[in-house]
Amino acid sequence: MQSSLHHTISRKFSIGILLLLIAFPLLATYLAQEFYIGLLSRLMIFALVASSLNLILGFGGMISLGHAAFFGSGAYVVGILMQHGITSAWISWPAAMLTGFMLALAIGSVSLRTRGVYFIMITLAFAQMLYFLFVSLKNYGGDDGLSLAQRSVTGLDMSNDSNFYYLVLTICATFLFVLYRLINSRFGRVIQAIKENETRMEAIGYPVFRYKLLCFAIAGSVASLAGTLLANQNMLVSPNLLHWTQSGSLMVMVILGGVGYLSGGILGAVVMLMLEEILSGYTIHWQLYLGIILMLVVMLLPNGLASLPQKFMSTKKTQGDQA
Amino acid sequence: MNITLLLEHGLNGLQFGLMLFLLAAGLTLIFGIMDFINLAHGSLYMAGAYFAASFTAMTGSFWLGLLAAVIATALLGVILEVVIFRHLYQRDHLSHVLATFALILIFNEGARMIWGAQPLMLNIPPQLARPVELLPDFYYSSFRLFIIATGLAVAGLLYFVVTKTRIGMLVRAGASNREMAVTMGINIKLVFTLLFAFGAALCAIAGALLGSILAVQVGMGESILILAFVVIVIGGIGSIRGALVGALLVGLVDTLSKTLLPGALKLLMPMEMAANLGPALASILIYVLMAAVLFYKPQGLFPARG
Repeated sequence: MQSSLHHTISRKFSIGILLLLIAFPLLATYLAQEFYIGLLSRLMIFALVASSLNLILGFGGMISLGHAAFFGSGAYVVGILMQHGITSAWISWPAAMLTGFMLALAIGSVSLRTRGVYFIMITLAFAQMLYFLFVSLKNYGGDDGLSLAQRSVTGLDMSNDSNFYYLVLTICATFLFVLYRLINSRFGRVIQAIKENETRMEAIGYPVFRYKLLCFAIAGSVASLAGTLLANQNMLVSPNLLHWTQSGSLMVMVILGGVGYLSGGILGAVVMLMLEEILSGYTIHWQLYLGIILMLVVMLLPNGLASLPQKFMSTKKTQGDQA
Repeated sequence: MNITLLLEHGLNGLQFGLMLFLLAAGLTLIFGIMDFINLAHGSLYMAGAYFAASFTAMTGSFWLGLLAAVIATALLGVILEVVIFRHLYQRDHLSHVLATFALILIFNEGARMIWGAQPLMLNIPPQLARPVELLPDFYYSSFRLFIIATGLAVAGLLYFVVTKTRIGMLVRAGASNREMAVTMGINIKLVFTLLFAFGAALCAIAGALLGSILAVQVGMGESILILAFVVIVIGGIGSIRGALVGALLVGLVDTLSKTLLPGALKLLMPMEMAANLGPALASILIYVLMAAVLFYKPQGLFPARG
């Protein structure tokens, strides 16, 4: 019997999805539907950043409403370096990750002194400060943002959407796997235990603050990486990436998908963006319907979409027991 | 920099702070007592402003419009509480966030469908259209003075209700220890519903009054919602006194830094740099204020639960 802290994913299922994703651009090109290659790249990028938020929110119990700060600053590192002539992804992407990590260390070391709602608000405060900072940087586009002359240079032809797609797929799959291993590692167990009972962990002798801070910084770093990818995908970096509504919608993705489920961030990001895409194709009032759907999910599925299979199985089981 | 300018901006800050207080008072009570995060509080403010604009156009009188808007928004608050929020109190904060985020989307799009995408104008009542001379050669908008008076009156009334009346005692009991209050046999369900109606009514007043100065438009709730949250976090969640102090602080800091900081910076650095940096620094200042307060007092200035 596995511990309840152990989170597994079905190997067959993941490999199946991966194979489908690998085959997708070929299919899309064959059917002349290249638009969907870009859309899927975007979905994967948001799945990565939402999963990084789920690491601190779902597994670490740190409800951060400032995650967009790291997402956006990652994008800005790419944009700013490119403006100064540094186009190589091999420099700017690791630099973005490092920036995200250091930034999260700094913000976390102040924010983690507070609890609960106060933590939510102080993370929000820091993200808003960064937002207004970038709005004021007129040299880097200010309000309008910064458009990239080209995608970061990696050695592949990045202007080809399929190539870029495969790069995004590789990076997202790798880092989602890293997050998965992290959650199931000793470190991940400690983080989950701290979420359950912080005082107990403190009493046993774990340096709780340091664990939480490191977890926060790792999530920040991964979010920054996702930001670099999004900057390249859109060829545009804008302060809106750092606005609190962006943090809010990342949080909504995680809650929608399932807080503390491995697939929560991925599922939430994909469903939310797909709903936006599909609903906005039918009506200009799509936000109304999106709101109604979100409301139904909260009311009917308290633990998010990822809890659906479990719920389904448990009702089937009780029905079976009754029969 | 002269003294009348300072006075004018100070009064503007006071006026804005008091309106923030109207929003923050409801928010902090709902939060402090029910432990419910209501992101849709800003939507009630928006609804109040739209109602006021519609009813004013219908009746031809600002005052009737205001009254009708307050009643309608309070009813809306009751409906929301009974239909949706009541089922969420037992759930965690994250469910509150998702549900009320969904409500924001529904309200915004609903308002756009009913009233259109263009901002509405809500004219200030003719009685208060002329500025008054407060000091020799210092004229100030009488409508803003009216807002200040209203804010102070509501703050006074709230203070009286919360500290001197029986319902206020129940509210305070709920804020400091909810379980104990329930155990002592308080009909907490009714208190919750009433509180929601009351919070919504305060939103409507703020929405109608600020809506007359600014514009009535979709999304007006979100920008002010964050400020209201900043206010209650600075003040200490669940505390009316904290909300008042926090609101005045945020209102004054926000208004004064936006109007005075760019000018002050120009004295210190080149013109162009100051023009860029000033507005940004002004917007950042309240967040710096909040972070600083939380750093030294992680529970806010006047924590309700001690």
